[in-house]
Amino acid sequence: MTKRRTDRILLAHGGGGRLTDQLIRRHILPQLKNDALAELGDSAKLDLSSASVCFTTDSYVVKPLFFNGGDIGKLAVCGTINDLAVAGSRPVALTLSLIIEEGFEFALLAKILSGIGEAARQSDAQIVAGDTKTVESGAAEGIFINTAGVGVRLPGVDLGFEKITPGDRIIINGTIGDHGMAIISQREGMEFQSRLRSDCAALAGLTCRLLESTNGIRFMRDPTRGGLAAALNEIAAGTGLAVEISETDVPVDPTVRAAAEMLGFDPLTIANEGKFVAVVSPESAEQCLNICKSHPLGGNAAIIGTVVQASDVPTVELMTEIGGRRIVPMPYGRELPRIC
Amino acid sequence: MLERIEKAKDQMTAACEAMGRPINIMEVCGTHTVSIFRNGIRSVLPAGLRLLSGPGCPVCVTDQSYIDTVLRLADRDDLLIATYGDMIRVPGRGGSLETKRAKAAVRVVLSSEDALQLARDNPSKVVVFIAVGFETTAPATAVVVKEAAADSLENFCIFSGHKLVVPAMRALLSDKNNNIDAFLCPGHVSAIIGYGAFGEIVDNFGRPCVVAGFEALQIMEGLAEICRQLSCGEPELKSVYTAVVTRDGNTAAQKIIDECFEAVDGYWRGLGKIKKSTLRLRDEYGRFDAVQRFGLHEIPAEDTTGCRCGEVLCGLIEPPQCSLFERACSPEMPVGACMVSSEGACAAWFKYGRKRECRK
Ligand code: SF4
Repeated sequence: MTKRRTDRILLAHGGGGRLTDQLIRRHILPQLKNDALAELGDSAKLDLSSASVCFTTDSYVVKPLFFNGGDIGKLAVCGTINDLAVAGSRPVALTLSLIIEEGFEFALLAKILSGIGEAARQSDAQIVAGDTKTVESGAAEGIFINTAGVGVRLPGVDLGFEKITPGDRIIINGTIGDHGMAIISQREGMEFQSRLRSDCAALAGLTCRLLESTNGIRFMRDPTRGGLAAALNEIAAGTGLAVEISETDVPVDPTVRAAAEMLGFDPLTIANEGKFVAVVSPESAEQCLNICKSHPLGGNAAIIGTVVQASDVPTVELMTEIGGRRIVPMPYGRELPRIC
Repeated sequence: MLERIEKAKDQMTAACEAMGRPINIMEVCGTHTVSIFRNGIRSVLPAGLRLLSGPGCPVCVTDQSYIDTVLRLADRDDLLIATYGDMIRVPGRGGSLETKRAKAAVRVVLSSEDALQLARDNPSKVVVFIAVGFETTAPATAVVVKEAAADSLENFCIFSGHKLVVPAMRALLSDKNNNIDAFLCPGHVSAIIGYGAFGEIVDNFGRPCVVAGFEALQIMEGLAEICRQLSCGEPELKSVYTAVVTRDGNTAAQKIIDECFEAVDGYWRGLGKIKKSTLRLRDEYGRFDAVQRFGLHEIPAEDTTGCRCGEVLCGLIEPPQCSLFERACSPEMPVGACMVSSEGACAAWFKYGRKRECRK
């Protein structure tokens, strides 16, 4: 049965006229439920507690739009919040731009918007401005989303590569590769896809608690595309120091490991959407670990390695389970599933 | 587990000392190659023990002429090319399948079944499945050919590049210059053909053949067993992968390969023409054979890039000894097939290798 036309987005919904107004008032605002947006002014006014802010933006063009553990909307909010969080700020305001393909179902849009609203509320950040455009059928994959965000920098917190010194420990707040494997397995229709769940989550609650409890945190990064391997290589390149991690200490879910094995992927290179890597002083490592472990998003947190002086070029090295060593390379672009 | 690893290491060290000369063991399986690097196995081996990565990566061993032919097929408007992911970046004359993909005539599939489905979904095009791989993927190709025949699905055919492992090992050892003391035999392939298939290598060439799985412990114990055999001068056929591999293998899979394919002489990258080493569809399935359907001729191509994949595949050099390695040739800009596939020796060295682990 084909859906009635009114169940779907029309090009005119982006035209700025009556239909646009309807789309915003009937479908978008109720899902986001916040006062700042309800005024529908030309721009949002923010009263911030500090003049020092972090500001970031990211666009989301993902396939599939819905996956186990989240959807493009939740991802778009969490991604921007996490970028602000790992920079050492408390996210306060986001903007949301939707580019919707003509013919997209309202029911799906509602689902995406409810995920957006929920993720924003959970991290106490408000969506304060937005924009909606429609494009002709075929010009987008259902929906593209852009978010931008402002976070207020936490007082006394100053994170950066230059703060990292040899001896610092490396902490991750849980298992790696969950998001990437959930997406890949669903895209490829693998049999165990139902057991793989994206870790998509907003981390600001946990990172703020860490930063407010200790001043031992030197640097944080969210290991999204390129996974833990990319994040650690960036640390090595940014500091000129080497990073050593221990294979047995890096948390990997057994199903993720098995699925990665099947496709010939290295879990270290697979994307995460609810993880951060923190470089912390050796003295504060245990305390940081305990704070993570007592938080719902850090139950499987672990100290996975150490920053050391580089012998020649700054590299990331993995101490393997059998006592061997190998380089963890910077992942290069898209990995391809192997043949057998 | 660590205890067994230590024991294996001790056995290898003892054997190397007893031998009093370097030992060269070749793995003929891309999954082994990757696992050896990922687990840092080279870094724990005794100094005298060298691992050579042989012709075990399905993409790497495909001859250049095969790649060039595939690229020519991708130019035709009436065809859809269905290929495994790691084939698409192999450079050939005038680009790679990846550069052709823009024209949407090239689709990446995860299985032969996906390729068949592509044919069902696109009745106006002829789908050509780029069927590469060893005995591990050949049965899956055979299954879809049979399905296509049963359903009279005339818009489907395969371009077989399927290769057999044992003839390649034979060819390597027949070269007087070879430096291979023993083979670590592939787990996946052995699960199909049975470890008994390597008996002729032990009998005719006196080289130990030991089948191992892909975990670090399996590989270490396989290598230790090889060292033990070498040091006491008694080459044997053995499997340490007993959970999966039997002497006779998977007879049902062998049967379906045999029903659909026959072994013919074929070209390999670096190894040249090897007798009865390549699978061709039997005449009764000829209409599903791209070679017959489109009158393709495999002409061995002259490689002018300076790529030394051939020597790498024969275990004669290690990738860092190729002057293009890391300079002109990298996974982003591969010159040869061994740098493209995730299982290729050059790609594995590039990603995980440390120069100091190289021979010289
Ligand atoms: S490094 Fe590149 S050019 Fe050299 S042998 Fe390997 S694939 Fe060929």
